[in-house]
Amino acid sequence: MDIAWMAWTWQTAVFFAAIAGLLALMTVLALVKPERERVGVLRIATTRGDRLFIALLGAAFINLAWLGLVGPSLWWALGLSLLYAAAVFRFV
Amino acid sequence: MNKTVNQKAWFLVLPVFVVVAFSAIVPLMTVVNYSVQDTFGNNQFFWNGVGWFQELLDPSTELGGRFFDALWRNLAFSAVILAIEIPLGIVVALSMPRHGWTVAFSLVVMALPLLIPWNVVGTIWQVFARGDIGLLGWVVNHLGVAYNYVLDPASAWITIVVMDVWHWTSLVALLCYAGLKSIPDAYYQAARIDGASRLAVFTTIQLPKMRRVLLIAVLLRFMDSFMIYTEPFVLTGGGPGNATTYVSIDLVKLALGQFDLGKAAAMSIVYNLVILAVCWVFYTVMVNADAEKKEVEA
Repeated sequence: MDIAWMAWTWQTAVFFAAIAGLLALMTVLALVKPERERVGVLRIATTRGDRLFIALLGAAFINLAWLGLVGPSLWWALGLSLLYAAAVFRFV
Repeated sequence: MNKTVNQKAWFLVLPVFVVVAFSAIVPLMTVVNYSVQDTFGNNQFFWNGVGWFQELLDPSTELGGRFFDALWRNLAFSAVILAIEIPLGIVVALSMPRHGWTVAFSLVVMALPLLIPWNVVGTIWQVFARGDIGLLGWVVNHLGVAYNYVLDPASAWITIVVMDVWHWTSLVALLCYAGLKSIPDAYYQAARIDGASRLAVFTTIQLPKMRRVLLIAVLLRFMDSFMIYTEPFVLTGGGPGNATTYVSIDLVKLALGQFDLGKAAAMSIVYNLVILAVCWVFYTVMVNADAEKKEVEA
């Protein structure tokens, strides 16, 4: 099968592998440690999956904002995203 | 109530997963791959890192400028049509008959615009609004108003807004009508006994009961108008100039007109993220409005 048209790069492959890994991890967690929804600072009931979604979507906007307002060095934005994700999983 | 846990059921989801993988996940991955590279065709790609995104998010560049222009234009369009369609839909729903054969008749008439394919709607209005042979354009011009949607940006905007209102107010009205139908007669009787005014009935009975359907209507109309493509493409093609070039039209110009796949991919992703975020907010608000309602009832 020729997948040249998909134009894979190792960077995007790592990105998608990380997302797939996170989803697999969430699946395993759901089996090993079932959970209940809880209400956090946003006053909405969220599961771990919801919090992962909020963290990822927020991370995308943090990176875009960094790129638009600061510059192309995204390591700081990545760090900020991780902090944000930790906060989301702790408080939301 | 205890539900039996049966994880084997997940295998039944597998066919859907395969279909979604082919129709959405693989194309989306490809778009992400394109967004960090440049190509001149022939499956040859050159790494560009976050270059396209940087250009896209900088309004002083050509790409960023047109993206932000299209984005504000699109948001303005969505705001305008929501500001017209939602109140108008409520008014129409309130004035629709509740009993008798006129109910079925008005429902069918209301549903008609919704059944017409987008490109046909565009074509209808393109002819309808023409100054030489179109009824609307001819009449307006003969009333002494300079109106030409091909040359004048204001005319083009008005035509697209009116077209969208014509096409989609029915949806809002039908949703509101469904909400109104679910109000038991006892509510109205109680209001009459209390001597409530028409306005009080609307603000304390009808509007609260329509809240949920209105949220759905706002969500649907916002998403649809924010992703609008076919109608303005057929009617104005994004012109005059770029006056009605909304984000999706600009995206197609970039991807298929200029074949700038990298730039177009970056724009798609940012566009997609904006839509995803707005969808999530609307959805969360909707689900929570529902949960609150259940709590109040319980």
